Amino acid sequence: MESLNHVSELDRQVGGAATDVSSPPPIRRLPLEGAAPAAQVAPPAGTSTNGDGASGSSGFTAAKRSISAPQFSIRRMEIDNVSVSYADREAVKSVSIPVRQGEVLALIGPSGCGKTTLLRSLNRLTELTRTATLSGRILLDDVDIRLIEPTLLRRRVTMVFQQPNPFPMSVFDNIAYVLREQGSRRQRKKALEPKVHSALERAGLFEEVKDNLDHPALRLSGGQQQRLCIARALAAEPEVLLLDEPCSALDPQSTQVIEDLIVKLRDDVAVVIVTHNLQQAYRIADHVAFMYLGELVEYSSATALFNSPREQRTREYVSGAFG
Amino acid sequence: MEESYPSEYGPKWSDQRAERMLGALVCAVVGLLLALIVTVFIKAWPSFSHNGLAWFGAGGSVEEQLNQIYLSGLEGANYVYTFHAWTLIWSTLLITGGAVLLALFSALFVSVFIVEFAPVWMRDILQPVVRFLASVPSVIYGLLGVLVIVPFIGNHLVTEPQKASVAGVISLSGYSLLAGVLILTVMIAPLMVSIFSDGLRSVRPGWLEGSLALGVNRWRTTWKIAVRSARPAIVAGTVLAVARAIGEAVMLGMVSGSVAFAPNPADGMIFIYEPSRPLAPTIVKNIDSLGSAPSNATLFAIAAVLLLSAAFFSMAGWVARRAMRKYGATA
Amino acid sequence: MESSVATPPPNPPAAPPPRKPATAAVEGSATWQLSDRIGLAACWALGLLFCAIAVAIVVYLLIQGLTYLKPSMLVTPAEAGFSQSQTGGFSDALIGTLIVGTMGIAIALPIGIAIAVWLVEYGRPAGLARITESTIEAIAGIPSIVLALFGTVIFSSTALGFLSRTTEGIVFGRSFFAASTMLSLVALPLVVASTREGLNAIPQHVREASYAVGKTKIATVRRILLPTARPQVATGAMLGLGRIIGDTAIIVVLLGATQNFAPVGSTFPLNYLRGAGTTLTNFVYEASPTGNLNQPQKAYAAAFVLLLMVLALNAAVDVVHRRARKAGTWSH
Repeated sequence: MESLNHVSELDRQVGGAATDVSSPPPIRRLPLEGAAPAAQVAPPAGTSTNGDGASGSSGFTAAKRSISAPQFSIRRMEIDNVSVSYADREAVKSVSIPVRQGEVLALIGPSGCGKTTLLRSLNRLTELTRTATLSGRILLDDVDIRLIEPTLLRRRVTMVFQQPNPFPMSVFDNIAYVLREQGSRRQRKKALEPKVHSALERAGLFEEVKDNLDHPALRLSGGQQQRLCIARALAAEPEVLLLDEPCSALDPQSTQVIEDLIVKLRDDVAVVIVTHNLQQAYRIADHVAFMYLGELVEYSSATALFNSPREQRTREYVSGAFG
Repeated sequence: MEESYPSEYGPKWSDQRAERMLGALVCAVVGLLLALIVTVFIKAWPSFSHNGLAWFGAGGSVEEQLNQIYLSGLEGANYVYTFHAWTLIWSTLLITGGAVLLALFSALFVSVFIVEFAPVWMRDILQPVVRFLASVPSVIYGLLGVLVIVPFIGNHLVTEPQKASVAGVISLSGYSLLAGVLILTVMIAPLMVSIFSDGLRSVRPGWLEGSLALGVNRWRTTWKIAVRSARPAIVAGTVLAVARAIGEAVMLGMVSGSVAFAPNPADGMIFIYEPSRPLAPTIVKNIDSLGSAPSNATLFAIAAVLLLSAAFFSMAGWVARRAMRKYGATA
Repeated sequence: MESSVATPPPNPPAAPPPRKPATAAVEGSATWQLSDRIGLAACWALGLLFCAIAVAIVVYLLIQGLTYLKPSMLVTPAEAGFSQSQTGGFSDALIGTLIVGTMGIAIALPIGIAIAVWLVEYGRPAGLARITESTIEAIAGIPSIVLALFGTVIFSSTALGFLSRTTEGIVFGRSFFAASTMLSLVALPLVVASTREGLNAIPQHVREASYAVGKTKIATVRRILLPTARPQVATGAMLGLGRIIGDTAIIVVLLGATQNFAPVGSTFPLNYLRGAGTTLTNFVYEASPTGNLNQPQKAYAAAFVLLLMVLALNAAVDVVHRRARKAGTWSH
């Protein structure tokens, strides 16, 4: 591990000369055997700030955060000492995190660390796998979710998946599907139109599809399909919105659009997003939980976790030592 | 291993030679099918040309007409071709329509049950049951029909007043439309169940999970998403079942009675108790008259109509599946 | 909003005591709407109905068959007589079924395998491949009575007169040869479909490994691919055989209207194959009340034997599946 320590050593030196928003991150070179530590291309010296750009002892570099601090926060869900196992393998070990409306919670960690499993346990999707067992409590508005009927729970806690999965119907029907299946009487198209339009507007998709609402949803582009899935999830008027790596299959422009959308939504719903893209977590999250091998390593506000993480493992992950 | 030793003439069976021979075999089979179609239509032509479109129309008793045709053929000259097949066509429509509707309904529910809602023990029973029902020979269905269903209908379902009301025209002895439709349903439903089940199983799991994650219950998820996206398979299964139903000759021949008759809906609900002889069994029932030339032509004409209907439904199914691709259902 | 690291939240929620019993709420049909529940009830009802029908068929035939089947029937040919106990058995029919089954599959299997090999391994030009696929599907969709009629035309021609009896220059055209040939068309699509499935399941690298050591394509097929696809080929053959022995229309038309063998000529076994005869299906058809014989008891007995044969074939297909799945050579 010597070279890695060497890297973080260099980072600390480099970090002192903090990155300005206009300069690229410093080039790090791993030292070859016997060679002197390579010269660092030091960026032009700028002021070291905190809060605007991520820097400092973590070695994490990213562009300046542009989102504002959340206005308010209401505690919505409570993950209380939750452990999830598939057959004999423990995927999530004793995790406790609060989920609040008004802020975005990001779950980060390397592959296989259990973040997706934890996300899926929030709306009881883990129960679809027969071998899954869950211990601990998850509370939604102070009620244990195991006491809520799963179908009703999943209307209050909706989920958007990694691969956009619009149904093989028209755009209108995709969203109307959610609305129709929640009511007991068949509602006519006219009655559903305002709700469908508002869901599409909240997802930022209305302008683009308003003339083509009856076209097949599968003909939209990847980014549009994912926004349609978000609109669909919003049509159910949930209290919590879960997003499982929603942008990993999309190009940067669509990612940007969806990230802006997520930040805009945080006042209406509690947002929990799983991502393996650290920069994305930094851009949009208010609180970040870092998980590793099923355990919750650290949970703090985004700026704190990325600038000055408390745990060694967090520091290593955030600086790219492993992933 | 001798193929891999190159002699001065190359390996024993060169690939080119093999490909050419296999290609010739394939062409021969295609040619055989073409020969079949051409032969049937050529043989059928005299009957069509003498009757024109009236061949498909109504008029007269089919039994008498067939008899006349046969007798005229024995004389060797002055062949009589007059034939109006509407009775048979109407029976075919009734029996096929009835059986396909019933089978479609039951096969949909049974296949949804097998794929999604049946407990494991039930599934392990039901799947072999479906396979079994599909493999029972049609003559056994016919035998059970004649010895069990027909007497049951004749003695227990049809009442005396009902028999009396149509006594002048036909006797309601149990050989009936109802018997034919019920047994035919049992024969074609297993075929549809297996095709529907395959279609349901190949739905994109992302859609099902997505629907459940939106708070839609399993029943509606299955019907609105899985069944909807399996529509091409449903169409394919239905088309196959229709072709099978139209071509079923032996079983329907055994339960359709001794005269060519078509049920008359104007009689009210009794019409399901009236005998019904569709096209295909007519060929089997009159097969002994193949030696007489005009009979020969008439029977081949019926066969030509069977071929045309099978082809028509295949085409219709293909068109329907193409239209479904629009919304992303995989064909 | 500063963090707590993996510690319980500062204000533990005052969870109200749950009014329902503390068992987890699972998704059951109890929470569905009425229409959904009726649908599920319909599923159960129809599933049970199918099972009931199958059981009824088996039990009824079992009872009737065991009542009327005497072992002597299997070895005694049919005879003319007045009452059902005097008319012998149906040994000719039984042997006839075996004959048409064997001959039919003997024709269908090599041709079906060859077509499937061509479709999967060669398939050029692409237009011909599409036409061939459509042809096989079309053959599967042709009613067997139409195939039978076509058979009368072919085998009544003088060119093929040697395959059946010829009387005073008129070719009779009804014989085991005629029936078996048309029956092979009934089995052909099943053999082709199963073999194609088996060949398609073999991954491409197996073929490439064989070509890389210099084997020709046809050698690869013969020595490697077909043996690997043996379970699927066997399945196709058995399914085809099941359809052949269950078919009645072609037999009734092309095998002559006799209840016993009617050999033609003197060279054994060709004389029997050129002659007319009967099979179990034909026997059941004739012995039923709508046939010429009207001997329901014999019909039940023969039907029972026929059903046993079909069930045995189905069971054999299952055994092949299970063994191949265990050995890992089955694709699904």
